[in-house]
Amino acid sequence: MLQSKFIETVVGVFIAIGLAALLMLSMKVSNLSSLASEDGYVIKARFLNIGGLKIRSPVKMAGVVIGRVTDIYIDEKTYDAVAELTIDDDFNNIPEDTSANIYTAGLLGEQYISLAPGGEETYLEAGGVIKITSDAVVLEQLIGQFLYSKAAGDNKGDL
Amino acid sequence: MNKLAHWGQAPLEVLQVLGRYGLNFFERLGRGHIFMAYVMMGLKEVVQRWQLVVIQIFSVGVLSFVIIVISGLFVGMVLGLQGYNTLVDFGAEESLGVLVALSLVRELGPVVAALLYAGRAGSALTAEIGLMKTTEQLSAMEMMAVDPLHRIIAPRFIAGIISMPLLAAMFSAVGVFGGYFVGVGLLGVDDGAFWSQMQDAVDLRDDIFNGVIKSFVFGIAVTWIAVFEGYDTVPTSEGISRATTRTVVNSSLAVLGLDFILTALMFNE
Repeated sequence: MLQSKFIETVVGVFIAIGLAALLMLSMKVSNLSSLASEDGYVIKARFLNIGGLKIRSPVKMAGVVIGRVTDIYIDEKTYDAVAELTIDDDFNNIPEDTSANIYTAGLLGEQYISLAPGGEETYLEAGGVIKITSDAVVLEQLIGQFLYSKAAGDNKGDL
Repeated sequence: MNKLAHWGQAPLEVLQVLGRYGLNFFERLGRGHIFMAYVMMGLKEVVQRWQLVVIQIFSVGVLSFVIIVISGLFVGMVLGLQGYNTLVDFGAEESLGVLVALSLVRELGPVVAALLYAGRAGSALTAEIGLMKTTEQLSAMEMMAVDPLHRIIAPRFIAGIISMPLLAAMFSAVGVFGGYFVGVGLLGVDDGAFWSQMQDAVDLRDDIFNGVIKSFVFGIAVTWIAVFEGYDTVPTSEGISRATTRTVVNSSLAVLGLDFILTALMFNE
């Protein structure tokens, strides 16, 4: 009897440690806390080029993460890329003339959408569209333009 | 037979050998599935005699605890060390937490824990059941109208399925702390960046939940192979040794093969 009690206790401890490890993995290692607040409202933003933006990329305002990109698709009529942004319900006062930019975190980091608030009194509601957007900077284009303008500048110098 | 074989018959003989191996393989596979179906029928008895499962969790899970925790710690520490050496070249040593956590949760945790489990607990299960068969304890049970599949095999099988995900979770958790210890403690990675980047990159559903599913599947595969090989032992001492070897080899191969399939299904975005 003592023996079986001992075994039961040890097995109980074992299962508790296993569950604690799972709990630790979900709370401390993964993004459970940010997952919980994932329900929010959806707004859209149109871009000519979204660069390396992905689903689950962060949406930031003044550097603070206020939502996530939840869907990306092509508008079949205009061939624009449409990004659906799910914004936390806490941030329900985004002005209508807010502009969206796609930036890169660091030199090689992932891309995110940065919202710069405008000055309108009316706020974006669920399903609203951000009208002022600027596209992702594609590094190759930038280098191409730079080389082109450099070459043009050199020619001018020669003249 | 060999002497009689005309040279023209040699290819036929090769085919015959191949066919024999194929038939043997599928026969064993089929027997394994029928065996499992009978074990599943014993689940009701298992629920009624939960005590049997608890004892088996002790011998299968608790006794594997130490080797799992120590291996997890060292695997995490090595990951931290190697990852740091590579990442520091790109000035990205802050991503060490991401590297350690993702490799552990997605792959190394379930796979290495399952391999260790196959070596530590699977082989013991096979040897135990094989010896029971060899010494005719299983037949004795049948004589007493106790179905050994329900009384012996089913509790061990259930205990293995319960233990494996827990062991894999412990492995991953301890491994993350091992990586933390080396990265932050010894190599000077920033404490906050280590955890925050990790939390940013690791997803509960995509990474952790899928890791648990993996370890669950591995638990089924390894325990199934172990109990089946034990029950299917040729009842001699050599038979037991062969069965034990087969358990370790087959279940390791099964784990690695299943891991590839599961990874392809889960993480192809």
